[in-house]
Amino acid sequence: MTSLNLLVAVSLAYVVLLFAVAFAADRAASRGQGAWFLRSPLIYTLSLSIYCTAWTFYGAVGYAARSGLEYVTIYLGPSLVMVGWWWVLRRLVRIGRSLKVTSIADLISSRYGKSNGLAVVVTLMAVIGVTPYIALQLQSVTASLSIFAMAGQPGGTGSVSEGAAGFWIALGLAVFTVIFGTRNLNVNERQHGIVTAVAVEAVVKLIALLSVGAFVVWGIAGGVGETLARIDASSLGSWQMDGSRWMALTFVSAAAFVCLPRMFQVMVVENDDERHLQIASWAFPLYLMLMSLFVVPIAVIGLDLLPAGANPDFFVLSLPLSQGREGLAMLSFLGGFSSATSMVIVATLALSTMVSNHMVMPVFLYYRQGSATQSGDVRQVVLLSRRLAVLAIIGFGYIYYRLSGGSAALAAIGLISFAGVAQFLPAMLGGIFWRGATRAGAVAGLGIGFAIWIFTMLLPSFGVGAALGAQIFDAGLWGLGWLRPHALFGITGLDPTVHAVLWSLLLNTVAFVGVSLISFPHPMERLQGAQFVNVFDHAVKTRGWQAPDAESEDLMVMAQRILGAEEAQALFRAEAEAQGQGAYLPEPTVAFLQRLERELAGAVGGATAHAMIGQIVGGAAVSVQELLAVADESAQILEYSNQLEAKSRELSQTAAQLRDANDKLVQLSDQKDAFLSQISHELRTPMTSIRAFSEILRDADSLSLREQRKYADIIHVEAIRLTRLLDDLLDLSVLENGQVTLNQQSGRLSDLLDRAIATAEASAPRPVAIRRRYVDETVMLETDLDRLSQVFINLISNAQKYCEAEVPELRIEVGTQAGHTTVDFIDNGAGIDKPVREVIFEKFSRIGAQDGNGAGLGLAICREIMMRLGGDIRYLDGTGGTAFRVTLPEAAAMAAQ
Amino acid sequence: MGKHVLLVEDELNIIEAMRFLLSREGWQVDTHSDGTDAVEVIRARRPDLVVLDVMLPGRSGFDILDDLRGDAATADLPVLMLTARGQSRDREMAEKAGVNRFMTKPFSNTEVLTAVRDLLYVHAQRG
Repeated sequence: MTSLNLLVAVSLAYVVLLFAVAFAADRAASRGQGAWFLRSPLIYTLSLSIYCTAWTFYGAVGYAARSGLEYVTIYLGPSLVMVGWWWVLRRLVRIGRSLKVTSIADLISSRYGKSNGLAVVVTLMAVIGVTPYIALQLQSVTASLSIFAMAGQPGGTGSVSEGAAGFWIALGLAVFTVIFGTRNLNVNERQHGIVTAVAVEAVVKLIALLSVGAFVVWGIAGGVGETLARIDASSLGSWQMDGSRWMALTFVSAAAFVCLPRMFQVMVVENDDERHLQIASWAFPLYLMLMSLFVVPIAVIGLDLLPAGANPDFFVLSLPLSQGREGLAMLSFLGGFSSATSMVIVATLALSTMVSNHMVMPVFLYYRQGSATQSGDVRQVVLLSRRLAVLAIIGFGYIYYRLSGGSAALAAIGLISFAGVAQFLPAMLGGIFWRGATRAGAVAGLGIGFAIWIFTMLLPSFGVGAALGAQIFDAGLWGLGWLRPHALFGITGLDPTVHAVLWSLLLNTVAFVGVSLISFPHPMERLQGAQFVNVFDHAVKTRGWQAPDAESEDLMVMAQRILGAEEAQALFRAEAEAQGQGAYLPEPTVAFLQRLERELAGAVGGATAHAMIGQIVGGAAVSVQELLAVADESAQILEYSNQLEAKSRELSQTAAQLRDANDKLVQLSDQKDAFLSQISHELRTPMTSIRAFSEILRDADSLSLREQRKYADIIHVEAIRLTRLLDDLLDLSVLENGQVTLNQQSGRLSDLLDRAIATAEASAPRPVAIRRRYVDETVMLETDLDRLSQVFINLISNAQKYCEAEVPELRIEVGTQAGHTTVDFIDNGAGIDKPVREVIFEKFSRIGAQDGNGAGLGLAICREIMMRLGGDIRYLDGTGGTAFRVTLPEAAAMAAQ
Repeated sequence: MGKHVLLVEDELNIIEAMRFLLSREGWQVDTHSDGTDAVEVIRARRPDLVVLDVMLPGRSGFDILDDLRGDAATADLPVLMLTARGQSRDREMAEKAGVNRFMTKPFSNTEVLTAVRDLLYVHAQRG
């Protein structure tokens, strides 16, 4: 009896020690101390050892005793996963850290469009899958207690009530988990207390197992050689390997290693540094190797020494007891106790997070819809729900333990659990490697896989006639022969475990891939899928909110309720500072909403956080640009090349515009050059004559009087020509600049023509007969008569100068065209060639160069004058001679009354 | 050796002045006022010197000079070019075309006479 009491006392002391460790670690972490230790790869690797539960601590020996080396598969699977960390684990950890994933349910639901429905499915499946495992731990602890009790009371049937012991153990574990596991709301804030306690337990169980092993090999067998000889002699030495079981078990344990909620918790959620994975990739397999080192010797020696009825599952405990080594047995018990407690604590912690985030919070938010901005601390609701979930999950485990009667072998129960959570594998791997995976596919795969697992593994585990009747095993469900739990589709002869694993995972994968291929992902799924699959690219940024018109106050209130006032304020202040706002509240930019969502996701899970922000922001639409950004690579390339094309089009357009502008400038510059060159020519030509003759007059002595007069005359004519040119230029300049002041006068058109003809004839080189119809000319004018007269004179003298007819004649015809009075000047000359007509109104354009007097400005001046007066002058086609039509402005002409 | 000058110029008063100046120096002065057939006229008259205006009706003085330089018979013919446009670009063009002397209007009588004398002298030295 003393041994049992002592055992309880030591156990309690051990628990107190664990409390102390956890408490100290939490304190140190909150003070920022000891990070080098708390966040070291060592702690990370040791925390992974929660994979080794009581099942492996006790059960591995039993497994070896029953099935030989097959127990190695349980260690082989995880080792393979760790060694190949680069492909799967690194990706999982990166996704988990960058998206603040809180659990495997969160990961899967986030990947498939932040679907809470999927999270609920995964959570339920995880609870169902893990419950047997928790029961297993309770069973192993109580069983080990009773073994001590039997040993302490020889012949007795055990003074320990297994039910009561199981209950108190379950309660103790629940209390520990609640105290240390639900202190922080934010799961991403590392649970240093629990992780450190788990690490301590990992060391304890390793030392315990190694001690028992060493005792068996060197204390009982008498050395390594002796032990090997005994192994060879035993039935274990001649063991047959079943290839399909090996493959199936290795695969299932590898899958479970990444899919078990507690493994996901320590491996991904509690990961501080991706580099820790690299160290754990060899350190953890090493740990597993040490754990399995003495399994076979203990099994062989146990089979040799202990009575035939002894349960091989507890050789680790019963061998030292049988040798009277109570101290060693106690250490062994503590090792088993450590294995069981660490698993239960972390598993319930992970499950409770899933339950509260994906089941309680959505329901809570639904019933308080639109109230996310109300005051009140949601955190208490979350924490309470987590604590209740812890109690409920451990309660389920206890109930399963009582129902299953604790009779089944430990290893069998463990395998059931493994196969259950392995159903997550297709949806998870597909989610992080395959962008085509859809939510519908994930639901289909999970549903079918899980249904087959329940039917072929979970229900039969209760025993024939318990959950499923014997007739179902024999004849199939509803009498359908192909629905027998151990022979689906009529395929018999497979090992039940292999059978269940094969069918469940095969159909799971087929359904997942098939439905994914035929279903169409929602925009959010596409977005998340791209982000998960391309997590190492950083090409695709987290997106999801657009055009935020949320009120910062609302966001603040909500964030305070979930993150706590202090942390929320710090977050908002930091953001406001980053935005360069002195104010307390930051602008609700897209980037900020995303950051806030990530922070909230760390506390309540991705789907819930998304829904909460959605309540405030008002719907999360995915914009076209975002979809484009995550579209196929080909689409991206296509879009890129389109942009390039558009750019190059723009560039060539700009170049064309520049060319045009340059052409215009060159043209303008040419025009200016031509104009200056013309003016220069027009001025220098008369000046040349003037200078030459004035020098002749000055220098030559022998000029006759006639010559003197002639030369002086030339000088005089050229001087006048120069003056007229300057006058014309000045006139044109004034007209062109619009500086001319019009002198409104009234007069009769016939009088105006009389005067113009008189002026023109006064300086005419030769006379031109002028024909008029005076009847038409009785039009009263109201305009600048002097300017109009200037136009008339110019036209008449042009006819006088340039009409080449034998008998030159000029007709002046007055008419009406569309309400306007027109005056046509038509001579009987040769007319002007069509191409030349285009330029006759331009400056310095002359037809021929016979006449030295004209500078080619006359018609240009006429056109300017008529434009100023509001009329028009143009060349008149089809008259046979040279003809111009002057159109008088409307106000200028009034029919004579 | 004769002193035969052909004056290609369309401005009547300038022709008058040049004819007066050059004939007083003992030149035989021929004139022509159209650019179109100027090259043929020069070939036909075979002057010792050509005074060529740039802005001629029908054809520019530069083109005429080009043709003269392209023809072996007139390649060495001394040409004095006169222009009223007075832009440096014209001088460059004329020099490129192979002019012997380039002058801008209005000119001083002495200048023209000196230029004509020089041209004839240099030509006589070479020929």
